[in-house]
Formats: sequence, structure tokens, C-alpha cells
Amino acid sequence: MASGGRIVIVGASLAGLRAAQTLREEGFDGTITVIGAEPHLPYDRPPLSKEALAGTMPDEEVYLPLGALDADFRLATRATSVDLGERSVALDSGQTVSFDRLVLATGAHPRSLSGLPDLEGVFFLRTLDDCLAIRARLTPGCRVVVVGAGFIGSEVAATCQGLGLDVTVVEALPVPMVRGVGELVGRRCARLHADHGVRLQLGVGVTGLAGDHRVEAVVLADGSVIPADVVVIGVGVTPATEWLAGSGLDLENGVRCDRWCRALSGGEAVAGVVAAGDVARWENPLFGEVMRVEHWTNAAEQGRAAALTLLHGQEAPVFDPVPYFWSDQYETKIQFVGRVGPDVRVVDGSLDDDRFVVAYGSEGRIVGALAFSRPARLMAYRSMIARRDTFPDAV
Amino acid sequence: MRVVVDFDKCTSNAVCMAVAPEVFEVRDDGYLYILQEEPPDALRPKMEDAVRQCPTGAISVEG
Ligand SMILES: Cc1cc2nc3c(=O)[nH]c(=O)nc-3n(C[C@H](O)[C@H](O)[C@H](O)COP(=O)(O)OP(=O)(O)OC[C@H]3O[C@@H](n4cnc5c(N)ncnc54)[C@H](O)[C@@H]3O)c2cc1C
Ligand code: SF4
Repeated sequence: MASGGRIVIVGASLAGLRAAQTLREEGFDGTITVIGAEPHLPYDRPPLSKEALAGTMPDEEVYLPLGALDADFRLATRATSVDLGERSVALDSGQTVSFDRLVLATGAHPRSLSGLPDLEGVFFLRTLDDCLAIRARLTPGCRVVVVGAGFIGSEVAATCQGLGLDVTVVEALPVPMVRGVGELVGRRCARLHADHGVRLQLGVGVTGLAGDHRVEAVVLADGSVIPADVVVIGVGVTPATEWLAGSGLDLENGVRCDRWCRALSGGEAVAGVVAAGDVARWENPLFGEVMRVEHWTNAAEQGRAAALTLLHGQEAPVFDPVPYFWSDQYETKIQFVGRVGPDVRVVDGSLDDDRFVVAYGSEGRIVGALAFSRPARLMAYRSMIARRDTFPDAV
Repeated sequence: MRVVVDFDKCTSNAVCMAVAPEVFEVRDDGYLYILQEEPPDALRPKMEDAVRQCPTGAISVEG
């Protein structure tokens, strides 16, 4: 069943698109049906907290190039369940679509904060529509409160500061982005906000929102009240697997997959079902670790890898990338390769500078590196990590 | 095969340099330099990889 038949891709974004494009490049000549909950053709999310939010990128430029892709897009259509026995996907329209092979690429949903009232002026940022709605509210003089100092929250803060707005970032943890970059660099990221006049409230959670119809203020656990015209909540995402409950697939903070991106059920690979992107939790043999990565390059690469598995089975290469992501905040280009490790060493410049590189080690191996505005030097570490060089010798 | 970069889109993140340092180099001045505009055919898989990995879609391969 290597060629022909119908391949259904659920999720019409980066991972799903790359899967579809790879299938065609590899000569798949059957039907490709792409089901997407949003009304839009695939677009790029990174600009949504950067140029598109600032209004410096024309809206039509956020769309991903489709080329001459031969695929049937069913947009504004949500998959509500999958039947692995019948090999069909149920849609919210009431229809079902049968498949021979299936790609799960539903990404992630923003996490919400429980107990907050539903007020106008309070936003999450995941979709193009979210971005346009927030942008419409960013009028001169407005006060913005960002809840959560992760990458997306920090980028929103930087973009709003660049628009000349008054910005406060509230973060429940004592150090921003610890999970993503570790404590040392997290503290350095905190300084980036302070250096640009953005107030950062660390170690205090949000307990409420004030306002009748429209938000007027954010209330913190220590009782303080921060006036707000716009609130953007960026407290992480959860993999979009709710529609797969009861399917029999192993769901463990994502769709659990093996090293070929094949979805597992009861620990066994399900024939002809793969997952990719933010929704997939797979075994990365390079690190001997089961991981889920919520970044652009992974979605693009895994979409391709999953498609190759559908066509070539275990003859396809295992998916063993060195994860990579970037984040643009103020004038600083933050870039990261690999994983955070317990051993941290500054290997280029100093944390007091605007530019530096930090390497991370674990159990004598180099596992990651992060740079502030040092792209070429950072990339040298990508190959060291892939080669499993020793730490600290490599650095 | 000819490698073309749209410098209006390129953000000098050096992702292509990690893939093919023999063709792409981001220097300390912050700009991307193309070391070989017509790389040998043996580099085609790497060029296709660079096209796919470039986050801004700035790279294209002609011919
Ligand atoms: C504001 C923002 C900024 C970002 N910036 C960066 C950055 O600078 N660098 C970086 O590396 N990464 C960044 N990312 C992360 C990157 O965009 C994601 O990793 C990437 O979009 C993941 O792609 P995906 O295709 O796996 O999932 P998504 O892009 O999340 O797409 C999944 C799609 O599936 C749809 N869907 C969900 N459930 C269903 C269903 N049941 N039926 C049908 N369709 C469904 C969703 O509506 C969505 O359109 C950013 C993300 C955001 C939101
Ligand atoms: S990967 Fe793309 S954006 Fe990055 S330096 Fe190369 S051409 Fe420029």
C-alpha cells in the first residue's frame, strides 16, 4: 500500500503542509485530504507575535507558500474523532472521511488560567485571528499587561514596547523561561525587559481580572492591581489531542510515537498512522529521550519525516533532530539548539554583553547551546551536539 | 544549479550555514554571504535541505 489510496492529514498548518508537500515530492499519486479547523490556508505563526502584530508585515505575507500542491483542503472543519478500526475520521459537519493512511498534525492550544472572568480585551495568541484582534486594540497610550514571560509572552511585550505602549509582564515563577533556557539565561532574559523599560513582576501569580464588561485591571496574588486596557495571556500550550480521546491511541501529553513518528496504541505502532509537530511526543534516539517540541523547525522537519514513514515504513530514516528555535525580542535574536542541561558554561562573550553564547552539558556530553545575537557561532554547536561531543572538551 | 537568496526576507539566523557551511556563511557583520552561487550537483540534497529549513523561505534553487 505504498502508493495510491487516500491519505488524510488532520491539521492544516506547518506540520500538515510539510507532510502533504513531501508526499507529492516523493511521488504519492493518491488523494490527499487536509482537514483544518481554522478558516485559513496554512500560515506561519512566528510573525504573529512579531512583525504581524506590530503591523509591519502585510497580512498576506504570513501565508505559507503552497506551490502547485495537489491536495483537497477542507477548511473551517474540525475533526471530532477517529475510528482506527473503520479507518475513518468524523468531522464536526457530521460527515466522515475514510483513510488508508493518516497524519495527526493538530498542533497545540493555548493553556487558559482557571477562574478568570470572560472580559473584553483579554486575549490568547495562537492564531492569525487572535493576532488581528489584539492588534486592533493596540491603540496609542493603551496599557498592556502580558501574563506569562515565556517566549510568546516576551515577544508580545517586546513588540508592544516597540509600538511605544506601556507594558507590564507578570510571571508566576521567580525566573522567566526557566523551563526553556535554564536559570542563568532566564535571569539574563529578565534583564532584557528591564533594559527596555518594560516592568516585570516575577514570582507572583494572577488571581483575577477587574472590570465589568471590558478588562480594567489585573489582580495579583499579593493583592496588587495593575491597570490594563489589553491583557495577553501566554502561559504555555497543551497538545490538541482532545478529539483523540477514546481512539485507543496512547495519549501522554501528546500523541505518543516511536522514532519513526508512528503513533502508538498500547505501546505498539499503529499501521499507517503518524503524528508530527506540536502534537507529537516521540522518541528522539539522538538524546535517548521521549520529547515533544513546540517550535517551528521541528514541525516542518517532523511533518516531512512522518510523511516519509508513511511511504517507506521503517526504511525511512528515524527522526533524530537537534531541536532548534529562535525568539526575537527587542533588538536581540535569541537562538537555541539542543536541550537544556544541568552544566552551563559561557563560551563566547559574557552575560553582561548584548551578544554571547552559552553551552549546556549533561553527563559529560554537550546537549545544548544558546546565543544572544551570535547566529554563526551558535550554529557550530548544532553539529557538535549531533556528533555527541564531550562536554566540556567541545566547548 | 544556482542558489538564490531573497535578502529582503533573510534574517541572518545562519540556519542554512548549519546545513551547508560550504555555501552559506553569516559573518560577524550580521550579513549572509553566499560562498558559491553555483554549487556542484553533489550538494543538491544539502541545498534542498537548506531551502526546507530556512524559517523565512528566503532560499530558492534554480536549475
Ligand atoms: C505567536 C507564536 C509565535 C511563535 N514564534 C515562534 C518562533 O519565533 N520560533 C519558533 O521556533 N517557533 C515559534 N512558534 C511555534 C510554531 O509556530 C509552532 O511550533 C508551529 O506552528 C507548530 O506547527 P503544527 O503544524 O505542529 O501545529 P499548529 O501550527 O498549532 O497547527 C495545528 C492546526 O491544527 C488545527 N486543529 C487543531 N485541532 C483540530 C481538529 N480537531 N480538527 C482539525 N484541525 C484541527 C488548528 O486549528 C491549527 O490550525 C510560535 C507560535 C506562536 C503561536
Ligand atoms: S536560513 Fe534563511 S533566513 Fe537564515 S540566514 Fe539562511 S537564508 Fe537567511
